[in-house]
Amino acid sequence: MAAILNRVALLWLLLAGVTIACGVAAAAMMMSPPKDLDLSLRQSSAGGAYKIVLEPGTDPVPLRQIHSWTISVTTPAGVPVDGAVIAVDGGMPQHGHGLPTKPQVTKELGHGRYLLEGVKFNMSGWWKLSVRVNGTKGTDEATFNLVL
Amino acid sequence: MTMRGLKLLSMVAALAAALGAGAFAFSSTGDGWTAQERNQIASLSLKTLPALAPDPSNPVAEDPRAATLGEALFFDTRLSGNGKVACSSCHLPERQFQDGTPLGKGLGQTARRTMPIAGTAHSPWLFWDGRADSQWAQALGPLESAVEHGADRTSLARLMVANYRDAYAELFGPLPAVDELPAQASPLGSPAQISAWDGMTDADRTAVNRVFANIGKAIAAYERHIMPSASRFDRYADALATGKSPHGILTPDETDGLRLFIGKGNCVNCHNGPLLTDFHFHNTGVPSRADLPADSGRAQGAQKVALDPFNCLGQFSDAAPSDCAELKYMQAEGEELLRAYKTPSLREVAKRSPYMHAGQFGSLRQVIAHYDAAPHAEAGHSELQPLGLTDKERESLVAFLQSLDQE
Repeated sequence: MAAILNRVALLWLLLAGVTIACGVAAAAMMMSPPKDLDLSLRQSSAGGAYKIVLEPGTDPVPLRQIHSWTISVTTPAGVPVDGAVIAVDGGMPQHGHGLPTKPQVTKELGHGRYLLEGVKFNMSGWWKLSVRVNGTKGTDEATFNLVL
Repeated sequence: MTMRGLKLLSMVAALAAALGAGAFAFSSTGDGWTAQERNQIASLSLKTLPALAPDPSNPVAEDPRAATLGEALFFDTRLSGNGKVACSSCHLPERQFQDGTPLGKGLGQTARRTMPIAGTAHSPWLFWDGRADSQWAQALGPLESAVEHGADRTSLARLMVANYRDAYAELFGPLPAVDELPAQASPLGSPAQISAWDGMTDADRTAVNRVFANIGKAIAAYERHIMPSASRFDRYADALATGKSPHGILTPDETDGLRLFIGKGNCVNCHNGPLLTDFHFHNTGVPSRADLPADSGRAQGAQKVALDPFNCLGQFSDAAPSDCAELKYMQAEGEELLRAYKTPSLREVAKRSPYMHAGQFGSLRQVIAHYDAAPHAEAGHSELQPLGLTDKERESLVAFLQSLDQE
C-alpha cells in the first residue's frame, strides 16, 4: 500500500514538474523572440528583384529616440538602383502593434543609397521592418528582423 | 508499477531537477538575476537618464531669467478668467505637481486627470493624448480652456504689460501696445471673444499670439528642470550595475515585484527607460467614464497637434523644420491610435492615486487587477494579454511600485 502511495505521489510530482516547466517556457516565450530569426541587415527582396541593405545611423540602435537609417538598393548583380520609390513599415509581431512613427525616405544619397528619417523604436524586443522598393526592376519587398 | 519502474521514474525526476538547477546556476549570478535581467534593471535607473536635449523651439529654455518669470506666472492666479486659477491650482508642487483628484478642477471640471510635471521635458508629447509637442505649447492649452483658467489672449497680453513688462522685455523684447486691443479676445474663447479676435488686424493677432507663446516659453523654462528624484529602486539598480551587493535595499516582496515587472507582468514593455515610460500611446482597454464625452485619445490628439499653430513647425516656434522630426514623422492615423493614451512615468506613482487618464482606478491594486484581467477595449484594440497573476504576485507588484517613491 505504501509503495502504491509512493508511486502515485511520484507521478503527481512529475506531472507537477512538467507543468511548471511548461509554464516557465510559456512565460519566457512571451518576452523572447524566436531563436532562429534571420537578423541580417542584408536581404534579397521576396521576388529576387533587389538586394537591400539597411544601416542604422546610430549604433547601437537607440530606444525611444527618433533617428535615421540608410537604405542601399542594388540589383542582384550589384548595380545600384537610383530613383526608386521606397516605403518602410513594420511593427512588433509578438505585441501586435506597428511602428510608433511613420519613417520616410527623404533624400537620395546617390549610388543606390537613400536616407530614411523618422525611425523610432519605443520598446525592447523583436521588431520587423518591411522595405518595399518600386524601381527599375518593378516593385518588390524585403523583410528585416531586429532584436533590441 | 514494478520497483524497476519506480527507480526509472526517480532517475528521470532527479535528472530533470539537476538540469533545472544547472540551467539556473549557469544563467544567474549570486543575486538571482541573469545578465540580461541585470542589464534591463540597470536601464531603468535614474542614473541612465540622458542630459536634457536642447529645445530649439524655445530660445529662453535655458535662461534662468525666463525660469524666474515662468515660476511667477505658474503661481499667478491673475492668469485666469476669475482671478483664482493658476497652473499651481491643479499642479500642486507639494503633490508632485498634480492634484490627487480623478479630474482637474479650474473654473469648471476637465475631462482628464491632471498629469504630474517631473521629467516631462524629456517627452516629445504632452497631455494624455499628446496634443502638444513641447512644454511651452502644453502650458498654453489650460490658459484658454473654459473649464481651467478661462483666460483669453488679449487679457493675458494686457496682464503682461501691467505686471511683467520689464521681465518680459529683457527676454523677448518690448511688449506690443495693448490699449487699442479688444478687452477679451481669443480664437478659442466664447462667441464674443472669437468675434473680437476675428475683428483684429493680422498684425495685432500675430503680436498677441507671440506674447501668448512667450508666456508658455517662460513657464516651460521653469518646468524644464522639474525632475524626479532617486528612489530606493534606483539605489538597488545602481548597486546591481556596479557589482555591489543590492541585498537588503529592496524587500523580498519588492524584488519579486521587480521580477514580475520585467518579466511575466510585461510592464516594462511600455514602462521602460529611466523615467519608466516609452513616451508613446497605448490602448490598454481602460474603460471610459459614462459621465464624460466620448474620448478617442491619441486619435484626436494627433489631429490636434498637427493643426496646433504653436507646434514645433508653427510660426511661433524657433525651431528649424529639421528639428521637428517627432512631429514630421508622427503616426497620425490608424486604429492603434483609438483610445490610446500616453504611458505615464511610474516614478512616485504609489503616492499619486487615482490612476489612468480620467482617474478610473482608485488604487494600484485596481490598476494591476485591470492589467491582469486584460479586458477588451470598448473601442480600438487593447494591447494587453491576460497575465494569470496570483494574489501574491499582484501584491508583490504593488510592493515594487512603492519602491519607486523618492527617498
